[in-house]
Amino acid sequence: MSGEDLNTDTAADLAVEVTGLHKSFGPVEVLRGIDLEVNRGEVVCVIGPSGSGKSTLLRCVNVLEEPTSGTVVVDGVELTDPDVDIDAARTKIGMVFQSFNLFAHLNVLNNLTIAQRKVLKRTQAQAEATGLANLERVGLAGRERAMPSELSGGQQQRVAIARALSMDPDVMLFDEPTSALDPELVGDVLTVMRRLADEGMTMLVVTHEMQFAREVADKVLFMDAGVVVEQGPPEQVIGDPREERTRTFLRRVLNPTHVDQTD
Amino acid sequence: MAMSKRKRAQVIRWVQYGILVLAVLALVVFADWGKLRHNFFNLEVAGSMFPDVITVALVNTVIYTAMGFGFGLVLAVVLALMRLSQVRAYRWISGFYIEFFRGLPALLVILAVGTGVPIAFGVLIDKYTAIMIALGLVGGAYMAETLRAGIQAVPRGQVEAARSLGMSPGRTTVTIVIPQAFKIILPPLTNELILLTKDSSLALFLGASIAEYELTQFGRVALNSSQSLTPVLIAGFCYLIITIPLSYLSRYLERRTGGAKISTPESTEVKA
Repeated sequence: MSGEDLNTDTAADLAVEVTGLHKSFGPVEVLRGIDLEVNRGEVVCVIGPSGSGKSTLLRCVNVLEEPTSGTVVVDGVELTDPDVDIDAARTKIGMVFQSFNLFAHLNVLNNLTIAQRKVLKRTQAQAEATGLANLERVGLAGRERAMPSELSGGQQQRVAIARALSMDPDVMLFDEPTSALDPELVGDVLTVMRRLADEGMTMLVVTHEMQFAREVADKVLFMDAGVVVEQGPPEQVIGDPREERTRTFLRRVLNPTHVDQTD
Repeated sequence: MAMSKRKRAQVIRWVQYGILVLAVLALVVFADWGKLRHNFFNLEVAGSMFPDVITVALVNTVIYTAMGFGFGLVLAVVLALMRLSQVRAYRWISGFYIEFFRGLPALLVILAVGTGVPIAFGVLIDKYTAIMIALGLVGGAYMAETLRAGIQAVPRGQVEAARSLGMSPGRTTVTIVIPQAFKIILPPLTNELILLTKDSSLALFLGASIAEYELTQFGRVALNSSQSLTPVLIAGFCYLIITIPLSYLSRYLERRTGGAKISTPESTEVKA
């Protein structure tokens, strides 16, 4: 399935392993049997038309959505096991949302420290040191006293990334992190994500940024109608797709003004 | 001759002003000012009410209200969380409680608590406790509905962000949802405080020693002894001393919380 150079990894190197994942909302089956593997240190991008189930897949990986069937294993812990301590498992999985979701009643520093203190039981000093270091990492040193409403969308999203990083996660999930941003603010967020990838962070990214996927991803999944249609290295999936559905999607995304005759 | 639309609107407005002025004039002319002054503005009676009307009555009104509000708020948090619980029985109990106490006159609740609790439990409760419980029971029912709406107004993404950071459902509610819900409902909550201030007047039906008089009872007793309505005026004035600043506070908070959403840096920086 995946490129030859990726097959050599052993099971111990798997950060995320999704097997036979199904998810239905009432009568609507959004995910229809998904298999996904993310190796440690790997960046996997999920692309596909809206409504294809990309975001639902990502939200199943940290069980914000309860899968209807199938298994999700992160860091060797099966999250779909009903007896698992899901709160403990989630501290190892950072999540970045399309709509940032910074805690609106807390300033930037408290956004960064609250989960460290309440969940990881770090001291105020420890939490602040970690939070400030990560704030610098996303290029926002000095903004720790600002309220979220005082920041631009791009700044809010970078704080959200710093908040997730402050928990020292093993895996980072990104759910269309730049889709809600004004075009001129997208670059800053992508730069931060690119740097994270270079530092070896394991990342699963749902995105519409084809340029980013092509340059940063080790593996790209194309999803449509609840199934993985095609996956492999970006130069293959984006550069030379085998499936007609992938080609149709990429034509629309890369050339938005083109009107498809089959519409 | 046809009048233009604007002209006609102008004429109608002047007619309205005219009627208003006539009504005020009629009130002024036909009112018996001598008797009014004697009954409502009797300085001697007014003077005899001070300083107790402030140091005892106004203070007691504030204490009764604050205690009832505090107890009601605690009750409201519990009720609102029960109303939103996954457990059907909790939702049902909370819903029944709210409908029950919102539907009863506060006076009945005060009488029931003041006389019923000692009978039911064989304990004598002092007037402060009785009023706190009664006002809390009634206020809690109203505030629970307000708080429920506030909790539901906190965006879902806030909960998802907290849960994805490993916070338990309970911790998410306490540290993320409730503080934001209170920020949202601060204006209506201030309103509830004003209503409770006035409801505290019902305490007079429980009977009390002089030291326990609140404004209405104080005014009523003074009314009986002085044969003048001046105490009513003074007591009313004292209520306004409490409630008008609260109204202004409520309006200020509404402006602030309402304005916070619009005035992000981007929207204020962009100028033509």
